[in-house]
Amino acid sequence: MNEADIRERARAFRAGHDPADRLAFLRARFDAGLAWVHFPTGHGGLGARRELQRVVDKELGDVPQLAPGKMAIGLGMAAPTILAFGTEEQKKRFLRPLWTGEEIWCQLFSEPGAGSDLATLATRAVRDGDEWVVDGQKVWTSGAHHSRWAILVARTDPGVPKHRGLSYFVCDMRAPGVEVRPLRQITGEAEFNEVFLTGVRLPDDLRLGEVGDGWRVAQTTLMNERVAIGGGDVRRGGGMIGMVADTWRERPEARTHDLHQRLLRLWVESEVTRLAGARLRAQLSAGQPGPEGSGMKLAFARLNQELTGLDLEMRRDEGLGYDDWTFRRSEAVDFVGRDPGYRYLRAKGNSIEGGTSEILRNIIAERVLGLPSEPRVDKDVPWKDLPR
Amino acid sequence: MTDLLYTQVEEELRAAVRDVLADRCPPAAVLGRIETASPYDLDLWRTLARDVGVAGLLVPESLGGAGASAREAAVVLEELGRAVAPVPFLGSAVLATSALLAAADASAEAASWVRRLAAGEVTAALAVPFSASPYRETGDTVTAGGDGALSGRVAAVAGASVADVLVVPAAGALYVVEAAHAGVEAAPSLDLTRQLATVTLWEAPAVRVAADLAGVRLALTAGAGLLAAEQLGVSDWCLDTTIAYVKERHQFARPVGSFQAIKHRLADLWFDVARARAAARAAADALATAKDVTEDAALPVAVAASWCSDVALHAAEEALQLHAGIGMTWEHPLHLYLKRAKSVQIALGTPGDHRAALAELADLPSPA
Repeated sequence: MNEADIRERARAFRAGHDPADRLAFLRARFDAGLAWVHFPTGHGGLGARRELQRVVDKELGDVPQLAPGKMAIGLGMAAPTILAFGTEEQKKRFLRPLWTGEEIWCQLFSEPGAGSDLATLATRAVRDGDEWVVDGQKVWTSGAHHSRWAILVARTDPGVPKHRGLSYFVCDMRAPGVEVRPLRQITGEAEFNEVFLTGVRLPDDLRLGEVGDGWRVAQTTLMNERVAIGGGDVRRGGGMIGMVADTWRERPEARTHDLHQRLLRLWVESEVTRLAGARLRAQLSAGQPGPEGSGMKLAFARLNQELTGLDLEMRRDEGLGYDDWTFRRSEAVDFVGRDPGYRYLRAKGNSIEGGTSEILRNIIAERVLGLPSEPRVDKDVPWKDLPR
Repeated sequence: MTDLLYTQVEEELRAAVRDVLADRCPPAAVLGRIETASPYDLDLWRTLARDVGVAGLLVPESLGGAGASAREAAVVLEELGRAVAPVPFLGSAVLATSALLAAADASAEAASWVRRLAAGEVTAALAVPFSASPYRETGDTVTAGGDGALSGRVAAVAGASVADVLVVPAAGALYVVEAAHAGVEAAPSLDLTRQLATVTLWEAPAVRVAADLAGVRLALTAGAGLLAAEQLGVSDWCLDTTIAYVKERHQFARPVGSFQAIKHRLADLWFDVARARAAARAAADALATAKDVTEDAALPVAVAASWCSDVALHAAEEALQLHAGIGMTWEHPLHLYLKRAKSVQIALGTPGDHRAALAELADLPSPA
């Protein structure tokens, strides 16, 4: 399906559907294959090249859009994983309400004892007939309080080395035994949660992929997470650097040579990072994917942290204040919303969430540069025998 | 829209240049040449200039050139940087040629030199210090007498020692002086693979080819943007060579490249170089497509020049540290890259000069 076909299809769809009923319109758009054109026909797509989505988005620019704030984990991580590993029934059941936003998703991966070393996680899933019984504790779960479903990795065989004993499930967040507790953060609000799973029973048809293959399934999710965090198409001088540049432009009285030098350096770094992202997308379109994606998230974290700190410094007295420390549950993950003090604090998480910067450097060094891995003492030891 | 990739034609040109350099300019040959009386390899230069045709890349077909653009010249410079090739491409085929080309419409003399340069018959140098930048006036050390003869002195001119002809900014206008009428004295240069020389003129017969220095500013802008491609080539060599070394070198019964202290430095360097490639491509594309180079390409050139200068130097410094003792030896070619990287950081505007230009270009006004 080429660009002209897709444009034609999008125009015909637009002409034949009334956007007044938002949900009905979004459902019909999914059914017409105009949700994500690179997905297969029947699952919201047309089996077309990913970059042709822009054609659809342009044609349907004036109709009800997704509200992607709460949907980031569903769209960015759950959907590609379900597409890659789900059965036909699972794809049919989950993808449409995920895309329309009727059902929100969260991610039950990290645990108090399993952060960078995710594969050492301890949440157990024990088979009981056609069901699995899940017990454990998850943490840093963004948006669990909104979610209908979760993607969950749990240990199904503690007797084998850690990577081999995992399985991947869809967790019903309404099932008995699922308890979500807000986790207050340094910003004052709770975007994350702790999720306690106590005797949660999940039918076997909520398993994604084979028993024991959970690590491989999770890799698909994590790769998509890093693309989602580091990606994004910004214009020159836009994004975080644009906000800080505006602070500079609006406050001539606050300008010093030191701030100016730092701003110019960060402007250049933001621009070359933007260009690297644009080059990466051009390579993808030309069918020659490059490995630069893994660097984008590293740079994004560093730049956000530097820029938000500089912004507060430029504001002087104003930078000494804070909009509101009231404890509340946030509506969505938001890196730029609220005020500069919030942005400064929130950015500290950018080098931790979705793979720490140190883990990403290991990944680049080993997978892109081909450097040897560190010796691993836990590789061949059954998980149950590991020191912890 | 900016094309940040390499076209097939560009890749073919790269392969042709790389083949010649692999054959004629291996590190041992460069190391062997630098302390001789002729540090520039003029045989190699003739092959590249005439047979591969790199001398005429920026020259339109109507003046006997290849009618290519800065995009192709950038690919050549990436390869020359990767090999620290001692040839006067940047000084002759980029700086001097661009300045003369800007004058060629109005001056038959300039057009005739451009033709000879494009054919690889002659080599030229732009008589400005290699540290000149697009943001400062040039030509203030040379005066023109009533008869048009030039007198004065220009220090640190790249490629002057092998130039047949000098393109000289003097007193607000542009002149051509045959090298035989000038005193050219080479002195030891930090960069052993790009010898600099002092040009002395004493009532030297000169032909005026332009009444202003717009062409020089254009040449310096193009030069700074294309130097970013050379810096990318230097960075590529340093990164690749260091990765290969840390996989091979063992300490504590492990390859040193398996230690995170080493891996993390190389991972960061890799992404710095990846961004340098994007920036250098953006600058070359802007130079190739700009209607008015000094207006339309100024911002991408300043971005690439500031970023790639710092990255190339960082790559060379990291390469030295990660090679440790062997990196300190004269025998290993790494020092040639360090010396090139430090010299070109200063050349055609320092990173700070280019960032200062961005204050205006990106609307980030200086403090009062």
